[in-house]
Amino acid sequence: MQTQALVFIRSAEVIITGLTLYFFSRVFFPGPNVGSDSYIDQ
Amino acid sequence: MATNNEAWGSRVGLILAMAGNAVGLGNFLRFPMQAVQNGGGAFIIPYLICFLLMGIPLLFVEWTSGRYGGQFGHHTTPFAFHKMNKRWLWKYIGVFGIFSNLSIAAYYCYIESWTLSYTMHSAIGTFHGLSQHGVSDFFTNYLDIRTSTTGIPYEAVVFFLLCLTLNIWILSKGLSGGVEKAAKIMMPLLILFGIFLAIRGITLKAGHEGALFDGLVGLNFLWTPHYDSLMNPKVWLAAAGQIFFTLSLGQGSVQCYASYVKKKDDIALNSMSAGWMNEFVEVVLGSAIIIPISIGYFGLDKVVELTQLGGLGLGFRVMPFLFGHWGPILSVLAGVSFFGLLFFAGITSSLAMGTPCMSFLMDEFSWRRGRAAVAFGVAVLVLGLPTVLFFQEGVFDEYDYWAGTVSLVVFAMLEIILFSWVFGLKKGWAELTSGADIKIPNVYKFILKFVTPLMLIAVFFGSAVRPVNDDWSKISFRGWKLHNESILGQMLHTSIGPNHKYFSDAFYSEKSGTVDSLFQLRNRNYVRVSDTENAEKTSAAFEYKAKNQLRVKLGDKINSGDVLYTGGVINKVFFIDISRFLLTLIFFLIGFTVFYAYRKRVREQRI
Repeated sequence: MQTQALVFIRSAEVIITGLTLYFFSRVFFPGPNVGSDSYIDQ
Repeated sequence: MATNNEAWGSRVGLILAMAGNAVGLGNFLRFPMQAVQNGGGAFIIPYLICFLLMGIPLLFVEWTSGRYGGQFGHHTTPFAFHKMNKRWLWKYIGVFGIFSNLSIAAYYCYIESWTLSYTMHSAIGTFHGLSQHGVSDFFTNYLDIRTSTTGIPYEAVVFFLLCLTLNIWILSKGLSGGVEKAAKIMMPLLILFGIFLAIRGITLKAGHEGALFDGLVGLNFLWTPHYDSLMNPKVWLAAAGQIFFTLSLGQGSVQCYASYVKKKDDIALNSMSAGWMNEFVEVVLGSAIIIPISIGYFGLDKVVELTQLGGLGLGFRVMPFLFGHWGPILSVLAGVSFFGLLFFAGITSSLAMGTPCMSFLMDEFSWRRGRAAVAFGVAVLVLGLPTVLFFQEGVFDEYDYWAGTVSLVVFAMLEIILFSWVFGLKKGWAELTSGADIKIPNVYKFILKFVTPLMLIAVFFGSAVRPVNDDWSKISFRGWKLHNESILGQMLHTSIGPNHKYFSDAFYSEKSGTVDSLFQLRNRNYVRVSDTENAEKTSAAFEYKAKNQLRVKLGDKINSGDVLYTGGVINKVFFIDISRFLLTLIFFLIGFTVFYAYRKRVREQRI
């Protein structure tokens, strides 16, 4: 695989996967603002 | 009186449902095709820029306007927009948010039913031992509802009905009990299947299992950046279009899902989680399956040629044959995983298309959930049947072009103007950041106000006046030849050749060349005209019926416009215009229903 393509793909993969995991981690470990229970309409 | 008191059961469920809405067939079939047809790595940079400058801002806009409308009990765009601005126009622009979902579902559920059928065929080993031609013919036979691949009469219709029933059943279980539960099961499975296939794709080795090249050759092509592409409008239009499809923007479904989020709950982090999850599935998984595997077996040039069949063609006509190289067990596993993930991707999206239609009936006419789900199913069936019965006549493509492409761009362009300029960015930003679990960079204020609206206006006008061969240097005040796929080109029927009348006594050849074959295929008669003098040696086959009289014989040299056969002919343009009329009628019918619902609300003092 060409070096340029390899660098490009790895960077894109790392950034996209990293940001996806980061946002999901914030969902699972939220700040003080929101708790998941507030979604239940009861 | 039934009231719409639906709600999401959990935050993860909401994000998975929203990601399921975005992750669709396009992530695995359309994205790789767009990337290949636009020069591989040349496509990726504009694509990622469009995601940051158009995709993310539109996600913010749609989540915000959805949650805002939901606070007042409005779960669909006509009344959510009305709440944002009282001018009469906006609620009718909101009609797009119901129209697009209904019209797209009409043909999308049909494709979804193919994936269900192909999952079954992969599991029972139907494709085992078939040649590439055999697999391709299987698909052609499948689409021709008069033939059957399994002995089940009208198999394509049966699977379409099965798929619709499944959609209705899940929708009738409600938001948390149906849609959310389905997303929680299907999305993890989809990712699991995707990872399995992506690993197979990138570890494909030349000389093993019949592969000619390493799977990495495909990735290499896809990911070698070409910075000169940044100056090519064609690539930008394709990249912007892909962002719309992949994030289900400009459709009205994101607003509807978001309208069930409480006022104090976050939308900033939720929208980012769902949006980036979609990008992960599309860029990381979607690019590592179909392209590396097909290039591994056919080589780059052949795959570029095969992409002319479109993503659906490559997925359904070619992939089952390639999986066949992996031995009896692995080929079944790969086939079930591939079509299974497509089915999960499809159904989580079609459920999102059903929800706004149902919410409208529940909000405005107090329909019960079950009744609204059945009404959606019946509407999809009635609207979808023409795409099934007249697929070959181009009805499917018309639905896809007008409802699934043009409508999205128009709606997105108008909704961002509403959000940033009419409702006001200050108010909009306060609404977006209320309850936010992350801080949105302030630069997005500028992007939302100026960059995204200008990009959308450019995309709309670029698509409307796109020149032939995408040669933008030909644009001038003296006029230029339109691309067949431009909006104006489509409206003016520039792709229709000599057979431009609805009904005719003769059919005229649409190609110059020599009549080199008269043949029968699946009980249909064809005459083939080949252009042998052309270096590319192209040919076209024209179908004729038993009642028609052929006016040419083998070896005749003919020009485009010469009579091929006589007798009563209904031309394709008739079906195209009927489809357009039908879509326009649906739009106005929904518009009238919105008008009626508005009057009802005024009478009941609920507005």
